[in-house]
Amino acid sequence: MLNKRRILMLLVPFVIFIIGAIFLATPLLKGSDPSKLESALIGQPVPKFTLQDIFNQNKQYNADIFKGQKMLLNVWATWCPTCYAEHTYLNKLANQGLYIVGMNYKDDRQKAIRWLKELHNPYQISLFDKSGLLGLDLGVYGAPETFLIDSQGIIRYRHVGDLNEQVWNDKLSAIYEEMQ
Amino acid sequence: MIAVRNMAFYIGLIISITALTSYPAQAAIESFEFDNAQQEQTFYELTKLLRCPKCQNQNIADSNAELAKDLRNKAYQLVKQGQTKEQVVDYMVTRFGNFVRYDPPLTPATIFLWLGPLLFVMGGVFILVKQVKTQTGKKQALAPQEKQKLASLLAQHDRDSER
Amino acid sequence: MLPEIGQFSLILACVLSLLQTVYPLYGVQTGHQGAIRSAKMFTILQFIAVASSFVILAYLFLINDFSVTYIATNSNSALPWYYRLSAVWGAHEGSLLLWVFLLATWSIAVALMSRNLPVESIARVLAVLGLLAFGFYLFVILTSNPFERTLPYFPIDGRDLNPLLQDFGLVIHPPMLYMGYVGFSVAFAFAIAALLEGRLDSAWAKWSRPWTMAAWMFLTVGIALGSWWAYYELGWGGWWFWDPVENASFMPWLAGTALIHSLAVSEKRGVFKSWTVLLALSAFSLSLLGTFLVRSGVLVSVHAFASDPTRGLFILGFLILVIGGALLLYAVQASKVKSRGRYELASRESLLLLNNIFLIAALIVVLLGTLLPLVHKEIGLGSISIGEPFFNRMFTILIVPFALFLGVGSLFRWKRQKLGELVKPLLAILLLSIASSLTFLFVFAPALTWLAMLGAFLGFWIIVSVVYEIYLRSTHRHRFISGITKLGNSHWAMSLGHLGLAVMIIGITMTQNYSIEKDVKLATGEHITFEHYDFHFDQINALNGENYVGTVGTFSVTHDQQQVAVMHAEKRIYTVQRMPMTEAAIDAGFIRDLYIAMGEQLPDGAWAVRIYYKPFIRWIWLGPLIMAFAGLLMICDKRYRTKKPALIEPKHNSGEQNA
Repeated sequence: MLNKRRILMLLVPFVIFIIGAIFLATPLLKGSDPSKLESALIGQPVPKFTLQDIFNQNKQYNADIFKGQKMLLNVWATWCPTCYAEHTYLNKLANQGLYIVGMNYKDDRQKAIRWLKELHNPYQISLFDKSGLLGLDLGVYGAPETFLIDSQGIIRYRHVGDLNEQVWNDKLSAIYEEMQ
Repeated sequence: MIAVRNMAFYIGLIISITALTSYPAQAAIESFEFDNAQQEQTFYELTKLLRCPKCQNQNIADSNAELAKDLRNKAYQLVKQGQTKEQVVDYMVTRFGNFVRYDPPLTPATIFLWLGPLLFVMGGVFILVKQVKTQTGKKQALAPQEKQKLASLLAQHDRDSER
Repeated sequence: MLPEIGQFSLILACVLSLLQTVYPLYGVQTGHQGAIRSAKMFTILQFIAVASSFVILAYLFLINDFSVTYIATNSNSALPWYYRLSAVWGAHEGSLLLWVFLLATWSIAVALMSRNLPVESIARVLAVLGLLAFGFYLFVILTSNPFERTLPYFPIDGRDLNPLLQDFGLVIHPPMLYMGYVGFSVAFAFAIAALLEGRLDSAWAKWSRPWTMAAWMFLTVGIALGSWWAYYELGWGGWWFWDPVENASFMPWLAGTALIHSLAVSEKRGVFKSWTVLLALSAFSLSLLGTFLVRSGVLVSVHAFASDPTRGLFILGFLILVIGGALLLYAVQASKVKSRGRYELASRESLLLLNNIFLIAALIVVLLGTLLPLVHKEIGLGSISIGEPFFNRMFTILIVPFALFLGVGSLFRWKRQKLGELVKPLLAILLLSIASSLTFLFVFAPALTWLAMLGAFLGFWIIVSVVYEIYLRSTHRHRFISGITKLGNSHWAMSLGHLGLAVMIIGITMTQNYSIEKDVKLATGEHITFEHYDFHFDQINALNGENYVGTVGTFSVTHDQQQVAVMHAEKRIYTVQRMPMTEAAIDAGFIRDLYIAMGEQLPDGAWAVRIYYKPFIRWIWLGPLIMAFAGLLMICDKRYRTKKPALIEPKHNSGEQNA
């Protein structure tokens, strides 16, 4: 009896180890990337801002443009190779009728305009965030990032990194469909 | 990771090379000017406390990344405006989440950071005391003459082990 | 052809390691003497095979054979020969080859230096070491082959070794660290062998002790080297960052430190045996965990290797088999162990166990601090970071009872200490350490802070009690002078080791409390003054190195008008990888370092310059070196070189048996 209790006590390190191993195994099996952060703004409205249109310096936008319908907000820049990679897919989504707002982040206006002309423009509205002010308020830490915003202007999800067919089908489309 | 696989291979290559070269080989050195020593101290502490979300594991003082620079500048502005350390940290956390601070907040999980070691110390001391007690219990069960013998042996051993 | 031979001998070593496990175990089971004795032979053969493989890879680096992928990505023909050699362990594949090579080195050392041990025991130990080696060989061969070829199209030149690693510190830091990590495998193997055999006795503790101490010594030096390297190479001026990779090396060190103390008690007094075994298993398990954390990419770290989920899963599987198996065996077998020694609450045993508890509490702090962010994210609470503020706070709390008990611990007698006897000496130690720490701070510190006073007090508390203890022991039966020469190596080792910690505590206290860090804007000809030091920016020049270009800033430093040093702070750009590097200028001193790192040139032509004044920072590395030297002293104690087989139980157990 005493021996059994002793064995049970001595099993504690084993049990702790197994629990620890499970926690170590899951991110590996799921293939999750520890450097990808979830947004701190989930469930909150898009922060207030005033930004110029990328094509027209005199045209200004504020946070109201995110109300009225559900949409994607894509943060991109010409200096970002992954943005180039995902651009084709963004065009495809736009062709399917998705409403996408683009935010050009800490970039050169002329280069950005050339990019949109050459690679086709998937954005209904293109914001120009030269200083990264809105980027900072949105907690952008690396382009590309894509926010899913519902018709109330509330941020529902953020995807960091390349947006492609697989990511869209596996995760984003479900969230997008569920949004009001 | 998975995403890159579908794209042209060279793009993946470019990304991985840029990722490699962003290795923290170079300290971020800038000079800021402050109204008073208190502000300088607050700013200095903040740059050590705030983590650069883009980088590997680095605070914004050490990182040379573009984003770290932005956060340093923002922290500098806020401190210059007279905000306290807590206010600046809150400002960053509302935007980047708790990841941005190296001192984690109290959550149902982080409580174990403090509880874990504490419980271990308490448990360890408890076991130590209990073990000593069971031993002394056994010792008292000895007959008087055995006790005496043990005492003399112990005394002799004490002398031995001092050598 | 040569790379293929290298790979072949690696595979051969893998097969031999399996034989080294299976055949001797079969021998032990059946009593087949030949099979039992084969363990030694297989160990030697395995060593020869992996050593040839290692030498071949090193040779291929020297002759710039860029048809080997690993060499093409981590070397370059412009690289000086010594860095080409150290580039062998500059990245994942080669560092694993170093790992298995060192494991074979430890194994052969055990095989050759344990003639006094019963052959069955040594066969079991070597079999366990063989099994560990087998797992790592499979890992290298299946997932991380350093001999893979780039053929048919191989590059004309290599992509160069990461410039950060082109440094003397990085030539010796990994081998030292790995010697430590891998060295704990010996203690692990001894523990498993003892558990299998069902005999955990003082003899077991005695056999494992020098091996454990040797591994601990290497690990201590390895960690200190890493810290020193980060200080002068990264240009941040820090010496410890609580990065997961650093924590990965610190955890086995904490477990190992607890282990060497616990082993001492188990050897001398025959108590805590099941606890000691658990520590022996933990120290190596934590080394394995560290390897996993560094190479799997589950954590975000500054210096993780290129992460790869397959490699991660492989190591994790291996980890679960080895550690899980060991802990299961432990649960079953250690329950049979009976502790025979007796001790009271006021005894050296209790105090040693108490400090073991604090060491493991520190280990738990580091372990939770490293892994909790992972768990936190997984259970859906979001990403968090745990860093310097948390760890510093916890360690400041834990070091207080630890240092206090450590100081008085060696004054306590084994078994039972009458507390009354200690009141007077403890009061004297208390007063002396308060007085000396305050004096120290008055001389060396510009101002008093509570934390500095606490730190200095703890450091001097240890120093004073160590000195008092030496005095007490040497005057016990002799005059002081003749008595002090009669103290054994182990005794000096203990005292020195503790002094090393005191030196380190004082170093940390001074550096953390009184460092001055200035980021300033300086143009040539300008100067800045603080702490009586005047830094004058003399000139800036172009720089042309063997495989880098850059600029160098020259500063002359005066202290109260007297010239102290001329310092050259460099900014380099390594031409192959286009990587910028800060090469800080350091004027090192026993009681202070001056540190200058160049930043960017500003639009107006001035430079951003970082200037540090770091008091007593050398003591942070001096302490561990003293500790490591103490370890060396202990290994050299003559009782570990006895020719007689140590089969008899040490005599003091007879006391309990008679009673």
